[in-house]
Amino acid sequence: MTALDALQGPIDEGLIGKPPEDERGTSLWRGAFRRLRRNPSAIIGSVIVIMLVLIALLAPLLAPYEPASSEWIDQVTPASVPGPSPGHPLGLDSFGSDMLTQLIYGARQTLVIGIVSTMIGVIGGAALGVLAGGLGGWWDTGVMRFVDILLSIPSLLLAVSIAAVMGANQWAIMIAIGAAQIPIFARLLRGSMLGQRRQDYVLAASSLGLRHRRIVMGHVLPNSLGPLIVQATLVLATATIEVAALSYLGLGQPDPAVAEWGRMVVKGQDRLQSDPRLTILPGLCMTITALGFTLFGEALREALDPKSRR
Amino acid sequence: MLRFVARRILLMIPVLFGLMVLLFVWVRALPGDPARALLGEKATPASIASVNEQYGFDQPLIQQFLTYTSQLLQGNFGNSPRTGEPVLETFIERFPATMELAIAALIFATVVGIPLGYWAAKRAGGWMDTFAVGTSLAGVVIPVFVLAYFLKLVFAVGLPGPLHALAVLPSSGRQNPRIDATHITNFYVLDGLLTREWDAAWDASVHLILPAIALGSIPLAIIVRMTRASVIDVLSEDYVRTANAKGLAQSTITRRHVLRNALLPVITVIGLQTGALLAGAVLTESVFAINGIGSYLFQAISTLDFVVLQGFILYIAVIYAVVNLMVDLAYGVIDPRLRTR
Repeated sequence: MTALDALQGPIDEGLIGKPPEDERGTSLWRGAFRRLRRNPSAIIGSVIVIMLVLIALLAPLLAPYEPASSEWIDQVTPASVPGPSPGHPLGLDSFGSDMLTQLIYGARQTLVIGIVSTMIGVIGGAALGVLAGGLGGWWDTGVMRFVDILLSIPSLLLAVSIAAVMGANQWAIMIAIGAAQIPIFARLLRGSMLGQRRQDYVLAASSLGLRHRRIVMGHVLPNSLGPLIVQATLVLATATIEVAALSYLGLGQPDPAVAEWGRMVVKGQDRLQSDPRLTILPGLCMTITALGFTLFGEALREALDPKSRR
Repeated sequence: MLRFVARRILLMIPVLFGLMVLLFVWVRALPGDPARALLGEKATPASIASVNEQYGFDQPLIQQFLTYTSQLLQGNFGNSPRTGEPVLETFIERFPATMELAIAALIFATVVGIPLGYWAAKRAGGWMDTFAVGTSLAGVVIPVFVLAYFLKLVFAVGLPGPLHALAVLPSSGRQNPRIDATHITNFYVLDGLLTREWDAAWDASVHLILPAIALGSIPLAIIVRMTRASVIDVLSEDYVRTANAKGLAQSTITRRHVLRNALLPVITVIGLQTGALLAGAVLTESVFAINGIGSYLFQAISTLDFVVLQGFILYIAVIYAVVNLMVDLAYGVIDPRLRTR
């Protein structure tokens, strides 16, 4: 240790400081994971999501009966639907099937529609975003004007317009919900890529003589994905709700044999006064699912945000 | 400022033109023969031919597009094949109901949301904060029409048992039909005030309460969240510390320094909510049987009345664009720094 070092020692410590033990040498994602584990709402959110996935996967084992069996239809009268009884812990639905079974199978439907439609949105949005943010110039202008046009239609109406063209079927619902999210993902990825393009590592890569395509696909894109992943988690919540809205508008799942929470809510409205259970239970399932994805998504956003990393 | 306004207006033109093209293509992409879809099962070849002639579906696409564009530029959006009513007139006639509902929803969301967000930020981490964050989460995760049903069930239809006493509000419509009200503007509350028919104005306001809360839950969530985040940021600014240090009254600091700076992003967000409000109106209006553009769109969707859908989507996009333009202009008024840029 030289005299100069001794002089600078304490100042050095104070000014630069050492990174806190747990932040040293960690990647962005590992740091984010650590922050997630400490965040109670992330834990609640992921517990809900994991439960939902388990329920959906294990539906045939968990459900007491066959879905949409209408086995007890003779017990349903125009005036009343049998409520909870020993054989049916949550009662029957208005089609004479077991409510609990329908709710469990509904989780499957929600998860499948949510994941597939979010993937459609992410892939479509990422393709447009990479075109705009990676190529720049005319591509950027053209793609972003197109995105502006799509954004000028409220996303529910956009989904409705697409569903109306495709007719009522499973794929139409997923494509409609997913495609309505494409402009949001595209704009998000483009913004994130433009921010990354000004970073030093891009300059370094291009001065090393890397080709433009390799810089964009190999460096800029992977570093820009954070906001996209957060948004995807939040869109899973939106998708759950939009499925129900499409059902309400008569553009939902047409096959009555497929249990779907949105349609259950809509069908329950006829008996709202005499039997609110028929609306409340599926509504509650949707709300809890949306809550799980939202809590997890918000926590992920916070964990990846450099401002909250202290 | 003037250049900024002109630029913003010019930028709207390509977007709206693009939307027109997109809607034109969309209608032609609808499944099946449009004339047959219109007339249903009982269509005869002769009636299909007459509808084709009337709406020009049998012309070449280019010809159809030219007719469509020139009609749009003249403000003529055609008639609904289902009801025979002109689309534009229907829209204008029904717009006040939706506008009234949207304004009531925004008033509810702002009056509740900004104080809630502000107090949450002042006591970040406290129970008030938890409550505010919980409210905003609830607004995001509960589907609008589910919330609308529950409000209707509890406060209008009535739950069985002692809670039935809560059902004091009307369950549907805009005004009690037994009230003989004069309508000048079709904004029922405003009409009541203008004509000094106080009972009519009161009745129309009471009818707005439940739909406004249901519809307002969407912007409420976002306003609470934005206000909270924005106030937390501003409270740690140097100028707030300075204002505190020089002994300004708390109310002055709040009004002049904190809120004035913190509300800028909140206003943008309110503008961006217009689209969500108009789309949410489709669901809310049909639950509460309000004759606005939302419930008309609902019928148009369920009967696949694409002439109406096309027209209404275009109008909604125009309104959305205009509201956001006004928000940008309001920015210039509130924040003098932006005027010079």
